[in-house]
Amino acid sequence: MRVGPGAYLLLSAILFAIGVTGVLIRRNAIVVFMCVELMLNAVNLSFITFAKTNGALDGQVLAFFVMVVAAAEVVVGLGILVAIFRQRSSTSVDDVNLLKG
Amino acid sequence: MSPVLAATASEQAELIVFIVLAPLAVVTALGMVLTRNAVYSALLLVVNFFCLAGFYVLLEAQFVAAVQVIVYAGAIMVLFLFVLMLLGIGNEEVLRETIRGQRPAAIALSLGLVITIVGALLAGVFDAEPASLAAANEGGNVQAIGRILFTRYTFAFETAGILLVVAAVGALVLGKRQP
Repeated sequence: MRVGPGAYLLLSAILFAIGVTGVLIRRNAIVVFMCVELMLNAVNLSFITFAKTNGALDGQVLAFFVMVVAAAEVVVGLGILVAIFRQRSSTSVDDVNLLKG
Repeated sequence: MSPVLAATASEQAELIVFIVLAPLAVVTALGMVLTRNAVYSALLLVVNFFCLAGFYVLLEAQFVAAVQVIVYAGAIMVLFLFVLMLLGIGNEEVLRETIRGQRPAAIALSLGLVITIVGALLAGVFDAEPASLAAANEGGNVQAIGRILFTRYTFAFETAGILLVVAAVGALVLGKRQP
């Protein structure tokens, strides 16, 4: 018995859905960010599965670029969170209802 | 040992590693979403990233597996933990729902998403024959990635560098205390 691409893609789908659930139900903005990271990683897993299925490396390069963009996004996102926390002393997504500081 | 036997042995090893890592990945992801302590969430996510690195090795993506451990499990999660500690972890989340029925609706929508994706998988690639990257990985996975990154993807690579510089400067500007 062997592990086909279907098993990896199913796992990727499950992880993505868990990430979506987390984004929808959690209030702490940092945890919401972590769930977004989980979703990005689930998509990376599909990229790499498809790279193997197609016998080409482009999927792996794309996963690499996804990681680069995720790193940039985390840096800016956490910077924004720290700035919001200074204004409101809270990281709950419900407390952020105004664009004005 | 004949090549056929060797192939089945490696397939068995892949199966065993997958059976160990896949439930662990799902459990840590669920735990990350369900636990109320944000620090536990971050640590469970680190375990999840290590599981994913294991899958990348199984899928012949050694370079991406190493980058996953160094960049994700190392740098990004350390950044998360730093910000968690900086902002304080004492404030518990409010359990009262702001929008009534939000949680059941969110779970139902996610289940619908899984069912949709599984349907798409069953209709298409679910039983696709796994090809091998042996030809593409000629001379080593890192060398092959480097070759493709600096020929076909040069522009994207340079743009990613600019993006990282902009992000670093942006974080500095955001983090600066306003007088």
